[in-house]
Amino acid sequence: MDYVIEMLNIRKEFGGFVANDNITLQLKKGEIHALLGENGAGKSTLMNVLFGLYQPEQGEIRVKGKPVHISNPNIANELGIGMVHQHFMLVDKFTVTENIILGKEITSGGQINIKKAEKEVREISERYGLAVDPQARISDITVGMQQRVEILKTLYRGAEILIFDEPTAVLTPQEIKELIQIMKTLIKEGKSIILITHKLKEIMEVADRCTVIRKGKGIGTVTVSETNPNELASLMVGREVVFKTEKTPSTPKQDVLEIKDLVVKDTRGVTVVNGLDLHVRAGEIVGIAGIDGNGQSEFIEAITGLRKSESGSIKVNGKELMGFSSRKITESGVGHIPQDRHKHGLVLNYPIAENMVLQTYYKKPFSKNGILNFKEIYNKARTLIKEFDVRTPSEYTLARALSGGNQQKAIIGREVDRNPDLLIAAQPTRGLDVGAIEFIHKRLIEQRDHGKAVLLVSFELDEIINVSDRIAVIYEGKIVAVVNPKETTEQELGLLMAGSNRKEAGEETHV
Amino acid sequence: MSKRLRSILTPIIAVLLGIIVGTIIMLVSGYNPVDAYTALWNGAFGDVYYTGEVIRQVTPYILAGLAVAFAFRVGLFNIGVEGQFIVGWLAAVWVGVAFDLPKVIHLPLAIIAAMVAGGLWAFIPGLLKARFRVHEVIVTIMMNYTALHTVNYIIRTKLNQGSAKTGMIHESASLRSPWLQELTTHSTMHWGIMIAIACCFIMWFLLEKTTRGFELRAVGFNQDAAHYAGMSVNKNIILSMVISGAFAGIAGAMEGLGTFGYMAVQGGFTGVGFNGIAVALLGGNTALGVFFSALLFGSLKIGALSMPLEAGVPKELVDIIIALIVFFVASSYIIRVVLDRFSKKGVK
Repeated sequence: MDYVIEMLNIRKEFGGFVANDNITLQLKKGEIHALLGENGAGKSTLMNVLFGLYQPEQGEIRVKGKPVHISNPNIANELGIGMVHQHFMLVDKFTVTENIILGKEITSGGQINIKKAEKEVREISERYGLAVDPQARISDITVGMQQRVEILKTLYRGAEILIFDEPTAVLTPQEIKELIQIMKTLIKEGKSIILITHKLKEIMEVADRCTVIRKGKGIGTVTVSETNPNELASLMVGREVVFKTEKTPSTPKQDVLEIKDLVVKDTRGVTVVNGLDLHVRAGEIVGIAGIDGNGQSEFIEAITGLRKSESGSIKVNGKELMGFSSRKITESGVGHIPQDRHKHGLVLNYPIAENMVLQTYYKKPFSKNGILNFKEIYNKARTLIKEFDVRTPSEYTLARALSGGNQQKAIIGREVDRNPDLLIAAQPTRGLDVGAIEFIHKRLIEQRDHGKAVLLVSFELDEIINVSDRIAVIYEGKIVAVVNPKETTEQELGLLMAGSNRKEAGEETHV
Repeated sequence: MSKRLRSILTPIIAVLLGIIVGTIIMLVSGYNPVDAYTALWNGAFGDVYYTGEVIRQVTPYILAGLAVAFAFRVGLFNIGVEGQFIVGWLAAVWVGVAFDLPKVIHLPLAIIAAMVAGGLWAFIPGLLKARFRVHEVIVTIMMNYTALHTVNYIIRTKLNQGSAKTGMIHESASLRSPWLQELTTHSTMHWGIMIAIACCFIMWFLLEKTTRGFELRAVGFNQDAAHYAGMSVNKNIILSMVISGAFAGIAGAMEGLGTFGYMAVQGGFTGVGFNGIAVALLGGNTALGVFFSALLFGSLKIGALSMPLEAGVPKELVDIIIALIVFFVASSYIIRVVLDRFSKKGVK
C-alpha cells in the first residue's frame, strides 16, 4: 500500500491514565487526513507520539512501510515529518529568514550566508504560493503570515508530511480561506497533511479522509465525501449534537450596559477604541463582530477595568464605572469570561478549586476575618464542577492539568455562579470542540433567559449569528452598524467588518 | 514518582553530591575524609555545647531564609536580606540600649523595632518596583551597601562606647537565658530559636491559610490573572517586600539581642543574608523546607570550626563543600531530570 505514515494500535499511558488506547491512523500519500476529536480526546498525544516527543507503550509506527522508532523530534524531522504548532515557535525580533534557518543555518567561513538563505526561502515560498517576505520581521507581520512562516520552516527542513495542529484557531475568516488554498497547493506538490481540528466545516471543505478519536479510543476512519457534519459530530461526541442553537426570541428590558463615546488607547499609546457607543439590555445577547485588531480586546479590557479609558462613559445598571478598579466593577455585577484563559482567566498553578473563588475568596463563606475556609471553597468547587461538567480528576487538581475545554467550563461556571447582571464573554469558545461549544452557547442563552445582559465578542461569525439577538459590527474602534442576525448574511457582515458602510454592504449582497 | 517525594529527594541528593565531591577534593589534596567528616559531625552534635552553638547559628539562618523565600513566593528576588538584617540588628540594639523598661515590654519592643527597620528598608525597593518597575535585584543590592555603611557610621559617631561598638543592651531586652546556657554547658544559645520557629509557622499560615496569602501567591504565579480577579498587584508586591524585610530584620535582632548583645562596626557583609538565599533555595521556598535547610547550613558552619583542629582540614574546605551543595541545588534541574528518567523506567 502507498501509506506514507502508519500508526498502528498506538497506546500511550500517563501514570494510570490512558491517553491513547489502540489508535490506528494511516496517512496516504497526497491526502489531507483530518484527525478529529474533542478536547482531551488524545489528538495532541497521538501527534506527539508521531513527532517523537512521547514514546508509545504499545503499537508500531511505519514510515513508507518501514517500521521506525522515533525517539525524538530530530528523528521525526529526518523522516520528513514536520509540525506546524498551534502556538508558534518564532523569535519575534528575528526576520522571517532568520527564524526559518534557526538551527539549520547555511554558513560560509563561519558566517551565516543570509543572502543564500533568503533566496532559498523565497523560492520555497513562491513554489507553494505562500507569499512571505523573507526580510520581514516577525513582530511586524500578521498572525496568518506567522503561521506561513511556520509552514515554511517545516518545508525548508524537507518535510514531506506536515502536521497542522489546530491551524485555524487563530485566523480570521479570510486567512482561513487562504490557508485552505495553501494546503491544497501543498498536496498538489506531493506533500501529505495531517490536520488536527475539531471544526467540522473545515474538514468537510478540505480533508479527504478523517480519523475520529473519542476519549482516547480510535472510533474509526471515514471518507469525507461519504459523510456529513452531523455524522462526524456524533462520532466525535458519542451522541447527537444540535448545531443550530435552540433559543426563543429575546424579550429585552431595560439597559444594563450603556457605553457612550468611549476612547481607549492600546499599550503603544495608539487610540484603538475611538468614540464607541453601545448599549446592552437585560435579556438579550449582543454580539460584537469584527476582524481581530479593531479594538475589541482593548474595549473589553476597558469595561472590565483591566485598562484605563481615556474618556467617555461606561454605565452598568445606571452606575458610572469609568475609572473603577476591576474589583469594584466585578462587585457591581459584571462577570467576565476573558479572551485569554491562561493569561487572565486562571492561575494555572492553583488547584481548580482555588480558581473557582478567584474573585470571591475574600467574601463569606470562603473566608472569615481574613482566614480562608477551605472546606467551603472545596464544597463550592465540587458543586460547580458537577453543575458545569468540568472533567477533572479532583477539585485539588491544578488548573494547568485540565484540557482547554474544561478550563473554560471552570471559568464559565465561576462567572455564571456569581450571578452577574452583565456577562461579558470574549471568545468563549476559542479552541474548543463542538460538545463544549454547544454547552457554552446553551449557558449563555440560559443567562439571557434569566434576564441577564450578555455581551459576546467573537471572531467566529457562525457563533455571532447563531447566539446573538443583535449584532454590533466593530470597525476601527467604532460600532459601525447594528444588525439583526435574522436579517443578515455572513457576506454582509464580512463587508461591514471590512469597513464598507451599511448601504454599500446591503447593495452588494443583493446584487 | 510523586511530586512531593521528588521535591524532598532533590535537596537530599544535592547535599549528598556536595559531600561526595568534597570527599574527592579532600582525597586529592591529601586529607582523610573520614576523619574530616567525623570531626564535622562531632563539631556540630558531639556535645551539647556544640548543639547549643548550632541552634544559635541556625536561628538567623531560618529567618533570613524565610525572608528570601517569602519574597520569592510572590515572584520577587530579595537580594537585600543582608542589608535589612543589618539595619534590623542596629534597631534592636538601639532600643535595647536606649530604653530601660520591664522585660515584657522591652524585649518585644526591640524585636518590633528590628522588624520595622528591616521592613522599611525593603519597602523602598518594593515601592520602586511597584511604581516604576525598577528591578528589585539592583535596588536591593545597592541598598545592602547603603545599609552597611550607614549603620557603621551611626555606630562610630552616635552609639560608640569604645572599640567601635555600641554599649551592651539592658538585661530586659536580652534573649539570653542562663538556664539555656547552663543546659548546653555555656554555649551562646538563646531563646531566639523559638521566635524563628514561630516565624516559620507564621509564614506558612500567612501564605497558605489567609486571604492575603491567597493574593500574594496569585500575584507570584500570574500577575495578569491576579489583576483580572481584582487584586492589587502593586500593593501585594510592596507588602511582600515589607514582610520579607521584617523577617530579615528579626534575623538581625537575634544577633543583637541574643548572640552578641551589642553591635560592632562591621568590616564587611556578615553573609547571613546571602546564606539566606541558599537556605531558601535548598528549602524549596517553603517554611518547613527553610527550617531544615537552615539546620543543615548552621550545622555545617559550626561543625566546620572543629575540622582544622581535629582533622587538620582547613576550614576553607567546608566553605567549598557548602558552595558545592548550593551549586548542586541551583542546578537541581539536572537532578530532577535524572529522577524523572528513573521513575519513567520504573513505570515501564
